[in-house]
Amino acid sequence: MSEIALVNSPNVGLDKTQKGGPYVNELSTLNLGPTHPATHGIFQNILTMDGETIVDAEQTVGYIHRAFEKIAERRPFYQITTLTDRMNYCSAPINNMGWHMTVEKLLGIEVPKRAQYMRVIMMELARLTDHIVCNSILAVDTGALTGFLYVYQWREFIYEIYEEMCGARLTTNMGRFGGMERDFTPVAIEKIQKLLKELPAALKEFEGLVMRNRIFMDRTQNVGGISAERALNYGFTGPNLRAAGVDYDVRSMNPYSSYEDFEFDVPVGTKGDTYDRFLVREEEMWQSLRIIQQAMDNLPEGPYHADAPHYYLPDKQDVYHNMEALIYHFKIVMGEIDAPVGEVYHSVEGGNGELGFHLVSDGGRTPYRLKFRRPGFIYYQAFPEMIKGTTLSDAIVTMSSMNVIAGELDT
Amino acid sequence: MNDKIIEALLAQFGEEGVYGIGESHGILQVTTEVENIVPMIHFLYAHPVFKFQFLTDLAGIHFPEAKGQELGVIYHLHSLENNVRLWIKAYAPIEAPNFPTITDLFATANWMEREAFDFYGIIFEGHPNLTRILNMDEMDYHPMRKEYPLEDATRHDKIDELFGR
Repeated sequence: MSEIALVNSPNVGLDKTQKGGPYVNELSTLNLGPTHPATHGIFQNILTMDGETIVDAEQTVGYIHRAFEKIAERRPFYQITTLTDRMNYCSAPINNMGWHMTVEKLLGIEVPKRAQYMRVIMMELARLTDHIVCNSILAVDTGALTGFLYVYQWREFIYEIYEEMCGARLTTNMGRFGGMERDFTPVAIEKIQKLLKELPAALKEFEGLVMRNRIFMDRTQNVGGISAERALNYGFTGPNLRAAGVDYDVRSMNPYSSYEDFEFDVPVGTKGDTYDRFLVREEEMWQSLRIIQQAMDNLPEGPYHADAPHYYLPDKQDVYHNMEALIYHFKIVMGEIDAPVGEVYHSVEGGNGELGFHLVSDGGRTPYRLKFRRPGFIYYQAFPEMIKGTTLSDAIVTMSSMNVIAGELDT
Repeated sequence: MNDKIIEALLAQFGEEGVYGIGESHGILQVTTEVENIVPMIHFLYAHPVFKFQFLTDLAGIHFPEAKGQELGVIYHLHSLENNVRLWIKAYAPIEAPNFPTITDLFATANWMEREAFDFYGIIFEGHPNLTRILNMDEMDYHPMRKEYPLEDATRHDKIDELFGR
């Protein structure tokens, strides 16, 4: 790595014999990462600095590349769900359900309304956790630890709801093709109601501490901005694009899983700077709460999964007592069931933007080709352009507010 | 909208330039020749109605059986104004997998093309920095090609024939 840094550094060929001492106009190279506590993940930035100002940046990604697309070509469809968990691990249920919806589109499974609403609730909870992490850690990066502690316990609480729904916390593997693996338990409903009642107070407290805080505003306003035009050219999606002023949201543009039933606003910013990204995420949390409230109020009765025995992993009780369920359980777990031939793209609004699954099936038990459109991978390449001319401390908050997640970046 | 796009593309590039027209779950797809990619994407970008000005994704793909057309690239364009998506596909022989770059039109194509190069060895001519992105620089093959099976070839417990597949 050091050779590359040297070759690309503007230091090479610089005339160092100028008057004014040996350090005038001398550029230095700073390795930010691969492991650095302020970068929240494993990625390296080789910064060329002129004093404290960043002149140029070169990114190295791929430190936790795990070849998910290659592995997916060998795995039956159910086993790919666990790969999607590990992409944006701050909002794993969105990834799981995005993948399930992609396969349902290929298979032509109609998901019952209750399962769709349940998915919406879980996906919005995941969005809440994602934005809580991003915004509170952004506050920590600017030096405000207290607000982080107020909201982070609610992220913990949402993880308890995940546990209630699927048994896991971080890498959730939640849901099945055709719906959910279990209905809401009374505990889950109670916890979601408690969240809806008590999270707003914590969020308000957090916002009261941070949002109009002079220090926080000075650190984030006009820092790491990007224009709407450049953001679109760079393929930005999600909160980062909306902060720049473009109201593109997959949930409202291409509604999936009954999002058209709910009323919610798509907040947009104006400057696309770090403060706008923070505000957009804050407002999205309120909108998520609004969606969850509507979904809980109007939660339809009925089955929580589709009647698709070939693809829906049967309930464990049935597997022990019902011959057909045992057969399907075996066939599904062993990956014996072929998918139809076809090519399908499905995208969901992930925590960071449009999370797409481009699936090419040749009729076998595994995908022929599966391409993950990871929003983080696509917008992170704009980072050098956004931090040029700013200082190192600005680069840290810019990266933090972009919510770059290494797992998503590197698949 | 899809019919209009097809009509305009056929008028511009002719039947030998636009073929394989189809629709998959609502997304229009066309296949074209490698030399038509840049003119076609520029045409769709600048078109007053279609305005395909957002590159959602760019995926490489490998079909070892299609002789002379082994390596393909799928360009996934999105017209945010009309909310229409379009796949443009093009194929090249594996001996000379040369595609033109579209980084001058879409800044986002930079890493997408590097990724396709990294995993499939597709050469994007004119790319400003065509190096590996996710794999290590020392790697001397392109791992997503189908000739590299994922699991150890000496394993006998997962042979499809034994399971009647």
